[in-house]
Amino acid sequence: MSIAANPGRTGARGRWFAGSAVALYALIAMIPLFWIFATGFKSPPDSIAYPPKVFFDPTLEGYVNLFTSRSRQTDEYIETLGPPKTWYEEIARSRNMVITGPSRFADRYWNSVVIGFGSTFLAVFLGTLAAYAFSRFKVPLKDDLLFFILSTRMMPPIAVAIPIFLMYRELGLSDTKAGMILLYTAVNLSLSVWLLKGFVDEIPREYEEAAVVDGYTRLQAFRKVVLPQMRAGIAATAIFCLIFAWNEYAFALLLTSGQAQTAPPFIPIIIGEGGLDWPAVAAGTTLFLLPVVVFTVLLRNQLLRGITFGAVRK
Amino acid sequence: MTDQTIQRIASDTPDVAPRFVRRVRGLSDRAITWLFIGPTLAILLAINIFPLIWTVYLSFTNYRANQPGREVKWVGTRNYERLLGSEDIWGYLQATAHFVVWTMVLQVLVGFGLALLINRNFRGASFWTTLILIPMMLSPAVVGTFWTYIYQPQTGIFSYIIDFFAGTGAIDMIGSVTLAPWAIIIVDTWMWAPYIMLLCLAGLRSIPDYLYEAAEIDRANALQKFWYITLPRVLPFLMLAVLFRGIENFKMFDMVVELTSGGPGSTTELASINLKREAFEKWRTGFSSAFAIILFVTVFGLGNIYVKALNKVKS
Repeated sequence: MSIAANPGRTGARGRWFAGSAVALYALIAMIPLFWIFATGFKSPPDSIAYPPKVFFDPTLEGYVNLFTSRSRQTDEYIETLGPPKTWYEEIARSRNMVITGPSRFADRYWNSVVIGFGSTFLAVFLGTLAAYAFSRFKVPLKDDLLFFILSTRMMPPIAVAIPIFLMYRELGLSDTKAGMILLYTAVNLSLSVWLLKGFVDEIPREYEEAAVVDGYTRLQAFRKVVLPQMRAGIAATAIFCLIFAWNEYAFALLLTSGQAQTAPPFIPIIIGEGGLDWPAVAAGTTLFLLPVVVFTVLLRNQLLRGITFGAVRK
Repeated sequence: MTDQTIQRIASDTPDVAPRFVRRVRGLSDRAITWLFIGPTLAILLAINIFPLIWTVYLSFTNYRANQPGREVKWVGTRNYERLLGSEDIWGYLQATAHFVVWTMVLQVLVGFGLALLINRNFRGASFWTTLILIPMMLSPAVVGTFWTYIYQPQTGIFSYIIDFFAGTGAIDMIGSVTLAPWAIIIVDTWMWAPYIMLLCLAGLRSIPDYLYEAAEIDRANALQKFWYITLPRVLPFLMLAVLFRGIENFKMFDMVVELTSGGPGSTTELASINLKREAFEKWRTGFSSAFAIILFVTVFGLGNIYVKALNKVKS
């Protein structure tokens, strides 16, 4: 057999070339992420230095600025305060700043967590039930209903936002966590139903049939036989829903402001004195993106399935 | 109590037909079906279909959401006529088309290329693949935000690297009328070429080895093998990926808003960005509803094709 026959079984040289090319692409693609991570540990002057600094003295100033609000004070005033009590006060003092309180970042991050987990729970819970019914029972107009569910995902968010904005204003749901949870649940349901239906389809019906013959009701069979086998699929679906809700921006921008705002519309407006405070923005970005990177690595074998709504399963 | 009795009967008499048992005990299948699907459909009707119908109604009125007390007048199809007659709207649609077409072309080239390379099963392939996949999972708005930093004309690393290798001097990707459309295309390609790659890879892995072995017996050269075996087998997957990303990019909002906010001038003012301006800054709710409906219809048409393609890939 010749060695260069199949792209899957290339010769050593071809493989080496492919490996280096892919690695090179990956490394270049990682530069922006590495850069933003590094910027989080730069001082503001280092962050706008020319040429860009690859080596620098790391500082936590960006993180301090991210979590606090500060005011600029004169040297005389700062002297009257006595020595700084904490390491973060010390960092602020070195820029002639006095910490006046926490910033809104922690709040916004917490909102993202609550809305993300709340909507994920609802979308996966309802999605599991619907997926089971679609997979096992005769549903009238099944294909049309499934298409309808998927098509809700296709709608441009800004277009949906106009009536939702009006509706939420009438119902008093604007700028509330409950309103955002409900909205993200609705958006995620399409993904949840489609993905989970794929997972239920893979569980042989015979298990339930046997359970029913053994005296279980349909619901008991669902709870005690099907659900435990869906665990991995439910976990993967939940992570996809969570990432979507976590990343969502358009609805959050238009429907929230003071109370229920999530991190994505907040991060761009972390502004320091005299233009954008890049290390603080980078610090916020790092903290915001890190969980997604971790989940992506955990989920790497399910990604294909998730991004195609369960159509391609490898 | 009756339940227990029936259960006892069911377990004591093994010859009871399962069908009979199922009908008697617990909820009927039909009741479960609607109990299970009902809530999902109710939420989707309330949050998707009802608003859609409302938008259709608003698109025939002169309603302004910032003046709730004002009398709402039925204006017929005037909003649609004004929209289709407006040269600005065609400009925004043109900018959107430019963005969609070029991102798709670049992402297919990069994504398919990477997939072909990764398919050679070199050592560490899964590690590098995972790294490459990270950008597509990130929040587009946050990605747009930090790319403004990377694109900074004086101090940004993008300008520095290009200048270092090509000697172009400082380049202002976001501030320049000619470069800004490419600035958003580059970021989108960085994010989403991995998506195309992943689907192409699935396509490549679905090709059985014996096809290549048979081609070899027929003395097919590498190009012929690619053209007659690889390409036709990967094409459905590639089409699916392009269609899905095409729809997403047609609706593109978050990344571009944070990166260029439509500027400079209106060079990167994509349809969704303009829609947001009309609806939530100028508060022309009726007019923007008509615009939204036009976008809906386009996306819905594309979505229909997408689902058909999906079913084709599935089978």
